[in-house]
Parts: sequence; C-alpha cells; structure tokens
Amino acid sequence: MSVAFSVDSPVAARRIVQLEDVRVRFGAGDNSFLALDRTSLMVNEGDFVALVGPSGCGKSTILKLAAGLLRPSEGEVFVAGRQVGAERVGVGMAFQNPTMLPWLTVRQNVMLPLKIVEPFRSSYRAQKNGAFRDRAEALLETVGLRGFGDRRPWELSGGMLQRANLCRALIHEPKLLMLDEPFGALDQFTREELWAILQSLWMERRPTVFFVTHDLREAAFLATRILVMSARPGRVTEDRAVGFPRPRTFETTYESGFTELTHDLRSLIVAARQAEVRS
Amino acid sequence: MTLATRARESLNSVALIVGIFVVWELACLLFHVSPIVLPRPSQIIATLVLQMPALWPNILQTLFTTMIGFLGGMTIGVLLGVLVGVSRTAYNTAYPLLVGFSSIPKVAVVPIFVLWFGSGTIPAILTAMTTCLFPIVVNVATGLATTEPEMEDVLKALGATRAQVLWNVGLPRAMPYFFASLKIAVTLAFVGTVLSETVASNIGIGTVMMMASANFDVPLAFAGLFALAILGVLLYAVFALIERRVCGWATRKTDFAAAQ
Repeated sequence: MSVAFSVDSPVAARRIVQLEDVRVRFGAGDNSFLALDRTSLMVNEGDFVALVGPSGCGKSTILKLAAGLLRPSEGEVFVAGRQVGAERVGVGMAFQNPTMLPWLTVRQNVMLPLKIVEPFRSSYRAQKNGAFRDRAEALLETVGLRGFGDRRPWELSGGMLQRANLCRALIHEPKLLMLDEPFGALDQFTREELWAILQSLWMERRPTVFFVTHDLREAAFLATRILVMSARPGRVTEDRAVGFPRPRTFETTYESGFTELTHDLRSLIVAARQAEVRS
Repeated sequence: MTLATRARESLNSVALIVGIFVVWELACLLFHVSPIVLPRPSQIIATLVLQMPALWPNILQTLFTTMIGFLGGMTIGVLLGVLVGVSRTAYNTAYPLLVGFSSIPKVAVVPIFVLWFGSGTIPAILTAMTTCLFPIVVNVATGLATTEPEMEDVLKALGATRAQVLWNVGLPRAMPYFFASLKIAVTLAFVGTVLSETVASNIGIGTVMMMASANFDVPLAFAGLFALAILGVLLYAVFALIERRVCGWATRKTDFAAAQ
C-alpha cells in the first residue's frame, strides 16, 4: 500500500476521504437544523482515524457522507474510488447495530459483500461453496467464531454478532473501513477484546480506518489520529496524532501518556458541550 | 413448539370441529328441525359421499378455476406490490387507490366480466383473481416499504444498485408478509370462483349449490358448502406448509429454533 502512494504522490500521503466545507441541513423550513457547519477533514491512506465529539455533533452524519448514504447540502465530499475516473477503492462498513439479515446464516451474512462488490461478484456463483466459503470461515476463525458459520444470527450474542459484523465489513478486503460506534452496545470486557481483534486485523491488512466513537479510551487505544468535533452544528476543532507503539496492550491504557491523552480529549469535549449550553 | 404440543393442538382443532357437529346434530334432533331448513351433519356427509360421482367434476372445475385465478392474482399481485412497495412515495400515493379497489364488493364485478367474456369459466377465473389480488399487493408492498433502512444501508454502503438491494434485502424481508397473504388469498380465490359460478356458469360447486337450493335439495346445497370448506382448509394447509419451509426465520421464536 505504501508503494502505491509513493508512486501516486511522492510528497503527501494519498487522501482517501476528504470533506471540504461541508454543510448538512436536515429537514426543511422552520423545522430544519444544521447538523454540520463548514466541516473539513481529511483521511489519508493507511490512517486509523477516530472521530470523537459530544453526542449529536454529527459524527455519524460524517460517516454517512463518506459512505455515500447521504449527500451534503453544500460543499464537497470526496471518497477515493467513488469519483469518475478515480481508482476503485473498496469500502467496508459496520454500524453500531450489527444488522445481520435473519434469513441468512452467519456465514452467508459475512459473504454478502462478495455478492455485491466486484471483482468477487462475477465469480460469486462459482465460488460461493468453495474459495469464498473458506475465506469467510477463515475470517470468522480469526475473530473467534469458528464453527458458528451455519448458525442463524439470532442464535448469537451481541458480542458475537458484532464480530461477525466486522468480518462482513472486511471480507472483500476493502482499502477503506468505516465503523460507526461498532462496539458501543457491548459490555466493557467484550469491547476491549474486540479492540484487540480490530487492532490485529488492522496490523495484518492495513486498511484505512475511519471510525466514530464516543469512547475516548477506545479512540486512544486504536487510532493513529483523533479528530475532535465541536457540538452541533459540528466542526472539527482538534486533530491529534497518537504515537503509542503497536501492538498496544491493555497495559498501554494505564501508562501516563495514555491517561493524559484521554484526559485532554475529555476536557475538549466537555468544553464543547458547555459552549453549546451557553449558546 | 415440540412435535407433541403441535400434535395436541391439531387434535384440539379436530375435536372442536367434531364437537360443533355433535351439538348441531343433537340440536336438530332435539328440536325436530326439518332437513329443508337445516340438514343434520350426518345427512350432509351422507349426501356428500353418495353424490360424489356427480359432484366430483364440479369440485375439479371449481378447484381448477380457483387455482388459475389464484396464480394470476399472485403474479399480478407480486408485480404490483413490488411496484408500489419500492418507494415510500409510490406506497403513499397508491395506498388509497388500493383500499378503494379492495373495498368494491366483488359480486359487483361479475356482471361486468360476464358482459365482456360471456358466462362460464373465464369470468370465474377473473373474479377469483380480482378477489385474491389485493391482500397480496398490500402485503408485499407493506413488507417492502417497512424494510429497516439500516438493513438497506449495509448494501448501499457497498455501492449496491437498487435492484441488488431489492433482491437481497427487500424481497426476502417481504417474504413472510407475502406468504401470510397467500394463505388468505387462496381462500378468497375460492370465494370469488364460487361467487361467479352461482351467477353465471353451468358447472362448478357454485352452480351445483344454486341448482340444489332451487330444487329445495338443501342437504346437497350444504354438501357443496362442506366440499368448499374442505378444499379451503386443504389449500390453506398447503400454503402454511410452504410458508414454514421458506420463512422459518420469521417464526423462529415458536417452532423454528426447536426444529434444529
């Protein structure tokens, strides 16, 4: 991947996601409100970017823009591969709610992107019981779901579903992985376990990750860059590099640098919330 | 639901039917009800068995007409349902029209069909079709229109086309609605067929019942009713079985999980 970008642009890393002065207004007339106001941000190739901010500040809106599920009212959203003529970049996505389709088995759910995304789509019929199946099984095994492929989603716990959800986001080896509070609904132990899984998957495959969270420890543990947003209408107010060496362990989270960082982030968000209350 | 509880439930259903027949039989005997007013179940069943050679071609005719009408109604119903259900705007726009159409008494359309196609099988098929059409349209459309946006987002984020979203999420999601409507539609198709047969046909259970009541052969008229009820239950059971096979995931809380 680093080779690709040095050829592409020797000076700066290749941008994967870029928002330029984006405004998003929901609703119309008197009931409308501004969710994002002149927001600009950039995610470069190979980044692991966390987006944090007070609740309702538009974090998920940004992710939806990047995923193409929403159009900006004003401004430009650039995602590599979606523009005409650009090199195709596979996108994987996972939401807080795992939304497994109940009529499919867990493995069929994980294989769903292969049915949609090229180059897999054209050979899906031929390979769905062969190479693709093995690929899904292998991925399920790396997240500790070996033997659960034939189960139905409702037979799995919330944590297991979220692991399967990660598999579904990764099966087509996307260059860009977007996660919207993927571990938000889980208990702390399961969540931390999944941080470690996500980190090792990232170190292995090196996708660009852009994820939204309200958990500051999660952001500090996983990300190489943290973007902090102001209260609604949200804008990015802080861009922090996170330099802890990898693989980070839970010991890392008790080091002073880590505590300092989460403390700083917390102050920034508290300040943003108070600014909102005053206005 | 285990096999034993399911068997017990079917047993209860049979016991209920038999019980009603017994009460009916006893009431007729006790109050000396004339068979011209209300025949006893034993008389009706005897007539059904004795007249079977004469009834059989009529039963086949009604069954055939119903199935053709039902298949037509199903095909058109699914197509219309998909058309209406794919967008919320289409759904909201077309819904009043659908409700209006479905509240027209189907007996009122039979003369129109007879006018267009003459009496016989064709108006019966068309009546069966129009009678069973709307539950299917409404259910398929509702199933599609109420699909959770999160489910669709999973595919849209991958760059799926509308057709792919429909095929992979919308249609499977609408299947339980579709099958629920099929069970109702198949019995409604019977109603439509018999309705048309009583008005404008010379063959079929509806015609038999009309002629029987004209001759004051009340047991035969009731035998026709029984034949219809039995056919209706059988077809309902067939579609309930298919539904359980295809949409087991939708009833997982009752019997599907136990079946594994």
